[in-house]
Amino acid sequence: MAIYKSRRRRSAFYLGLCYVAVAIGLGWLAIILATLLFEGFRNFSLTVFTQMTPPPGAEGGLLNAITGSLIMTTLGVAIGTPLGMLAGTYMAEYGRYSKLTFFVRFINDILLSAPSIVIGLFVYEVMVVRMGHFSALAGAAALAVIVVPVVVRTTEDMLLLVPDTLREAARALGLPRSIVIGKVAYRAARAGLVTGVILAIARISGETAPLLFTALNNQFFSTNLNAPMSSLPAVIFQFALSPYKEWQHLAWTGALLITLAVLALSITARALQTQRPAK
Amino acid sequence: MAGPCVPPRLALGHGWFIHHIMLCGDNAVADNLAVDDITLERVESRLTHALAGFKLRDGLFHVLTLAAAWAVLILLGGVIASLVVGSVPAIKAFGVNFLTTESWNPVTEKFGAMAPVYGTIVTSLIAMAIAVPSALGIAIFLTELCPFALRKPIGIAIELLAGIPSIIYGIWGLFVLAPFLQEHVQPELIAAFANVPVLSKLFAGPPYGIGVLTAGIILAVMVLPIVTSISRDVFETVPAVLKEAAYAVGCTTWEVIRSVVIPYTRVGLIGGVMLGLGRALGETMAVTFVIGNAHRISPSLLAPGTTISATIANEFTEAVGDLYTSALILLGLILFVITFIILAISRYMLMRLHRQEGR
Repeated sequence: MAIYKSRRRRSAFYLGLCYVAVAIGLGWLAIILATLLFEGFRNFSLTVFTQMTPPPGAEGGLLNAITGSLIMTTLGVAIGTPLGMLAGTYMAEYGRYSKLTFFVRFINDILLSAPSIVIGLFVYEVMVVRMGHFSALAGAAALAVIVVPVVVRTTEDMLLLVPDTLREAARALGLPRSIVIGKVAYRAARAGLVTGVILAIARISGETAPLLFTALNNQFFSTNLNAPMSSLPAVIFQFALSPYKEWQHLAWTGALLITLAVLALSITARALQTQRPAK
Repeated sequence: MAGPCVPPRLALGHGWFIHHIMLCGDNAVADNLAVDDITLERVESRLTHALAGFKLRDGLFHVLTLAAAWAVLILLGGVIASLVVGSVPAIKAFGVNFLTTESWNPVTEKFGAMAPVYGTIVTSLIAMAIAVPSALGIAIFLTELCPFALRKPIGIAIELLAGIPSIIYGIWGLFVLAPFLQEHVQPELIAAFANVPVLSKLFAGPPYGIGVLTAGIILAVMVLPIVTSISRDVFETVPAVLKEAAYAVGCTTWEVIRSVVIPYTRVGLIGGVMLGLGRALGETMAVTFVIGNAHRISPSLLAPGTTISATIANEFTEAVGDLYTSALILLGLILFVITFIILAISRYMLMRLHRQEGR
């Protein structure tokens, strides 16, 4: 009986620790979100969307940073998505059992978690050094490199979910393979493919490290792709570490905007995923 | 499961195709086709053209996707190659000594990687020491203890948190965590361990707020959702039969977890932890905000330090001179090699788990 009791106590003790971990872990993350919402909304005003980033000590907004982020994110996704989708298509359709697919999958999973700052260095070496100056184009290229593995992964996963019977039925009608993929496989996996792109957007909209020395930053409004461009994360980085109160407030607001955007994107992706019709 | 389909065999004969149309009862088409041999030939030749077009498009698409798959490999190769090329001047100038030199002096152009490498490893270890037990606790809670109604919402919340960009954690660490540690925690730590032999060295010096310990804590918070969601997925692969059998012979919940769940999922857990470690090692923004960027190795965890990624982020745009830039790129290469190895091990472990699952 004593042994039994001690085992029960021991079990209760360790399970208690689990509850503590949950309380600390979730509580901590809740505190971060709460602070972010509080600080972000406290300094929030509509001028954020209408004014440029201010010089030190002045009021201003984040218009140039928001525009820059939107431009570079769009470009990055536009470059990275087709490449990622095609590669994912090869892995799921043509070379499902080939050595190449196995190898690409392995490398892709590593690229997926590779430090993004190294991607920044890569694009700096390949583009910024060649062109002789920082540019929005280089920033978009760095983001595209981050988009590729995300899209490859989801495309492959989603295409593999499409039942082979659908493909075989289409083939039995005499359709060529590329049309089977385009009209049957892509269409059946459409929600999943869109999810992948949305996840990729969510992933790069907060990326800071690869932009620091590709797109650099720009205090002024610019849509010139061949010149340095401002971006929200870069502005947050610069403003948060500054001693000026106005800048720090803007950094909080920017952080709030990014978080809200990322959360909205992730939730959309999740909603799409669960909506996927059952076969 | 067999492969998707056999390779294109469209040369079945278009006679068959026309016959097929006739069989389908499309009389208008069939009549037109069957008018006379000349028309038939014309239609046949048109069909041949169409089929050749299909074949061409098919081949093009195949080659295009194949090229894209190779491009992913080339991308990785390009990253490594460009880093190697960029770091050649530094490798020539410092050689292996780069790894064992602590000084980092842009003025005299003497660079060594020891301080950033040390900082990277120490912050990641602190992060792992905090994050792994908590993540396992949460994952156990989610798979074994949590009421069913709550499992999904909490799981979703954790996955959403895993997607929050690191700069958010960084700004929070700078404005909230660092001042809090400086005022309430660090003075106590210094006072409490002042007379303990080893620990007094670890917790020495003035409480700056920012420093190696703060960076480690922020990293832990960042890595926590990642490790949690992987451990949860891994725990869910344990067949219910195994757990039920253990309960049936009278095991307590903890004993089931200890002796069935964890041994069964060990490989996957190591993979998940390694993945978290890979993230922690390469994490840039969250650390850059709070580490203090000081190129020295201090035994105290409260002192400012630096990591590889923080050094690059802070100094790269300001680096003047080829050697300085090259030294930073060499740091990047070292970081990439370390994380590559860690992530490769992680993937291997997770892959083994999947194979075990499919058994």
